[in-house]
Amino acid sequence: MRNFNQSQDWVPQARGPRGQVLVRGVEVRILGPGKGPLIAFRLAAVALLFILSGLLSAAQHAKPWEQIPIPPLHAFHPQQPKRIELKNGIVIFLQEDHELPFISGSVLIPGGSRDETTAKAGLVGLYSQAWRTSGAATMDGDAMDDLLESKAAHIETEGDDDSTALSWDSLKGDSDQVFSLAMDLLFHPRFSAEKLQLAKQQEATAIVRRNDDEDEIAGRESAKLVYGVGSPYTRQPELATIGAVSLADLQAWHDRTLKGPLIVGISGDFDPVAMEAKVRAAFEGLPPVTPEPPRHDTFSGPTPGLYFIDKEDVNQSNVQIVGLGVDRRNPDVPALAVMNEILGGGFGSRLFVEVRTKRALAYAVGGGFGFTYDHPGSFRVEVLTKSVSTVDATNAALAEIAGLNTKPFTEDELKRAKDDILNSFLFHYDTRDKVLAEREKLEFYGYPADYLETYRAKLEKVTLSGLTAVAKKYIHPGQLAVLVVGNGPEIKPGLDALNMGSPQSIDITIPRPAGPPAPGGAAEK
Amino acid sequence: MRNRVSTRFCMAFLGAVLAAAAWSATQAQDLKSFEQRITVKVLPNGLTLILCRRPEAPVFSYTTFIDAGDVNDPSGESGLAHMFEHLAFKGTSQIGATDYAAEKVALEKVEAANDAYEAEYLKPVGRDEQKLAALKKAFLAAQADAEKYVIPNQFTAVAQANGAHDLNAETGLDDTQYFWSMPENRLELWAWMESSRLAYAVPREFYKERDVVMEERRMRTDSDPIGRLIEQFLATAYVAHNYGRSSIGWPSEVSQITATEAMAFHKKYYVGGNIAIAIVGDVDPRTELPMLEKYFSRVPGGPRPEEMTTVEPKQFAEKSVVIREQTQPFYIEGYHRPSFRDPDDAVYDAIGDIMSNGRVSRLYRSLVEQQQIAAEAEGFSPFPGEKYPSLFAFYAVPLPGHTPAEMREAIHKEIEKLKTADVTDAELQMYKTRARADLLRGLADDQGLANSLAEYQTRYGDWRELFLQLDRVDKVTKADIRRVANKVFVDSNRTSAEIDTEPPAATAKKDGGAQ
Repeated sequence: MRNFNQSQDWVPQARGPRGQVLVRGVEVRILGPGKGPLIAFRLAAVALLFILSGLLSAAQHAKPWEQIPIPPLHAFHPQQPKRIELKNGIVIFLQEDHELPFISGSVLIPGGSRDETTAKAGLVGLYSQAWRTSGAATMDGDAMDDLLESKAAHIETEGDDDSTALSWDSLKGDSDQVFSLAMDLLFHPRFSAEKLQLAKQQEATAIVRRNDDEDEIAGRESAKLVYGVGSPYTRQPELATIGAVSLADLQAWHDRTLKGPLIVGISGDFDPVAMEAKVRAAFEGLPPVTPEPPRHDTFSGPTPGLYFIDKEDVNQSNVQIVGLGVDRRNPDVPALAVMNEILGGGFGSRLFVEVRTKRALAYAVGGGFGFTYDHPGSFRVEVLTKSVSTVDATNAALAEIAGLNTKPFTEDELKRAKDDILNSFLFHYDTRDKVLAEREKLEFYGYPADYLETYRAKLEKVTLSGLTAVAKKYIHPGQLAVLVVGNGPEIKPGLDALNMGSPQSIDITIPRPAGPPAPGGAAEK
Repeated sequence: MRNRVSTRFCMAFLGAVLAAAAWSATQAQDLKSFEQRITVKVLPNGLTLILCRRPEAPVFSYTTFIDAGDVNDPSGESGLAHMFEHLAFKGTSQIGATDYAAEKVALEKVEAANDAYEAEYLKPVGRDEQKLAALKKAFLAAQADAEKYVIPNQFTAVAQANGAHDLNAETGLDDTQYFWSMPENRLELWAWMESSRLAYAVPREFYKERDVVMEERRMRTDSDPIGRLIEQFLATAYVAHNYGRSSIGWPSEVSQITATEAMAFHKKYYVGGNIAIAIVGDVDPRTELPMLEKYFSRVPGGPRPEEMTTVEPKQFAEKSVVIREQTQPFYIEGYHRPSFRDPDDAVYDAIGDIMSNGRVSRLYRSLVEQQQIAAEAEGFSPFPGEKYPSLFAFYAVPLPGHTPAEMREAIHKEIEKLKTADVTDAELQMYKTRARADLLRGLADDQGLANSLAEYQTRYGDWRELFLQLDRVDKVTKADIRRVANKVFVDSNRTSAEIDTEPPAATAKKDGGAQ
């Protein structure tokens, strides 16, 4: 369902910055700078408190929250799933959880939209819809809907840029039937022309609407600046490319990807011995897996400069400052993650404090390096500001980025960034489903099973000099692209005032296929 | 972001869960098990604490539920409840400033300077621009002076450094909710922080935060086609009740809310009797209650605010809104329905489910699959709130080349079927089965459970209603659905809103957006 919620958040969830403590300079402000080491200040402040306790609030100096005891955390050993590697290379994870009477499962299949051809961009999106809606040889999709919904059960398929997936869940009592139906869908799909057509209509609707939403435009076009217009990571389905996808393409895609190293995950209220036997029986008979050849993409990053997209029906500019990031195997990731927290991670971050709290230029501001598992992510800082403050807000954000190299990191910044990341670290694995999902992800990308533990240990070791070094190595303001989506005539002063040269306009006109119009003839823009 | 609409579905589903006699007994899902794990304590100041033990991991989640939202904003001050919610992140007299005593004096000067500026600014005749500029300058100087004492975002930063996860708040029309999750060894720290902001709020950095909220409005409403449409839709559907008023606030009103008004809202609505706090996770009520009681007793008592007198009068004429612009077409319509207290509340949920839930739903099968005119079509209720009489709404997203008029006609045909023929036994049973399962699924999530417990405790006076109301859900009949459909889905009770797409050339230049 669309979100018509009338609620407002204090911070936008989608870009939800994560933050850290800000306790800077309390003592300095009280007693004045240059009077001695920090410890002495603290002692002085406490002494003062005793003398003037009737006049001064204890809260000012004693920091009452720091006096609250923090006992040791209750012992916690997250339950790891059982890992079973079949002879054919397929990996199974079983995660028992008897709290509620449900069983869910999934099959993760390597290969996603980055592996489709440009001429048929959108194939994986269509496949992942039509696969499920068409149904299996033994039962068509509509009948499957009726059966599953009557049991409050689900079987769904989805597609991503590097994988597709089949997932299911049901009450325990229905799980045998639902599992066998899911296996039918996996091994004997029936791609139907009618359901492919339905998926194409849905996709066409998304295509003709893709320029309605400012945020969607900004996210999509800035990604194209980073990876390139025709990149497998950013190319977009067009009416012509989805029109070119046939039923045979769906079947061919299915046959090709199903030969890959599948990862099966089951969680819930099951008997482990019986479940292992059942899953083995379903997958053991498959031939040895044949992984897709590794990709050899090139990533050169954006052409630096200023880019603009005019949108006449908005009163707020969406500014994206982007560059090429790194992938998670990069040894600098722990230091970059801490730097992210300091730059734009949360409430105490430099961007949040300077752009939102002190200058009130934005509600949504934040950003940093994104880390992907098998290719470089992007660096992204965004700020949404009223048309007239576009230049001010952009300059303010750019200044904080440049400041990573010129404004020295402080011990306080380092401490709160690390506290923030490390003290909330257990929310990576506080449920059994999260533990399972993490293990599947690590397996998929070929990371060691103890990745989170070693990552945590490395985060703990990040130092000030380490931060300075990664800032020097990775922060190059001259290599960034700045994209503004906004209402041109309202932006005063104009973007020229950024002194980045004339903005280059990006044409986002939606291409119309030659020949007969798309179903119904979409409205222009 | 949680969607209030789905929250309401969840409420009804909960009922159905335990009604099912055939349900096999499991550990975590029945009322008896919850009664063993839940402790409720009403403090002398009226504040209700609900603790639910669920020690799956050494963490807890909480929801502070204030029974006041933007529906309570006084006339001329739309957006006030939300504005105060932002203030609640700015710290308190105990945290967030180097010297609160001095800051307090400085903040009073800011308020006086703002009053002087506003008085001149709002003069209907004879405004002196030179004087206005001087007053603005004085205001900015006073603001800068007060900021000297501020430690920016110290409250939220301390929370996050101590592991606060998914920290946020939501202001709806009916209520305001604050929430986060944390490692369990920070429970006392949390209790100190949360009680501090409830009890000792201060108008710190108020006027800058007001500008931040204006940016939030531009993002959610002004610069978003559906945001603009929904605001107009609700403003048209209601003539008297505050559900029709922009919930984030009309620009002229939000931009002139004062710190004094925000603090008055706090004083009136943030009293013990108007607050319920639910904590779910690895917490032991036996050992923790005395500690919690100590901190939350700091919240002022005071009487519960008076109930609202305005009742939306019966609609007697159909109304419609048409927005002509370049964005793609869209259609929504709504019918007035009673509040959640109505005995038919569960019947509305059943209608929403049968019409909208999944690929078997009537609207999907008809508009999306069979007629192939829409990409999405659903009906939902209550909207935009639940506490007062609200709307049952339907919307549809046309496929390329199809129009809002076709959506309207197709939706009306499906509504007509509800009025003239019974739903099938299978449909009704499907609703009850799914309700049961969906509810159970929700019980495994600390934060979701905290929200539900606080909400039910507030709305019904007892969290057990979460389970007990299943009776009503289970009693929904086919006749009920027909009766309610015939009562509510009538032309004179309808308001519709649509976007009609215009090509670029025909779009008249607007005068600076929605400002």
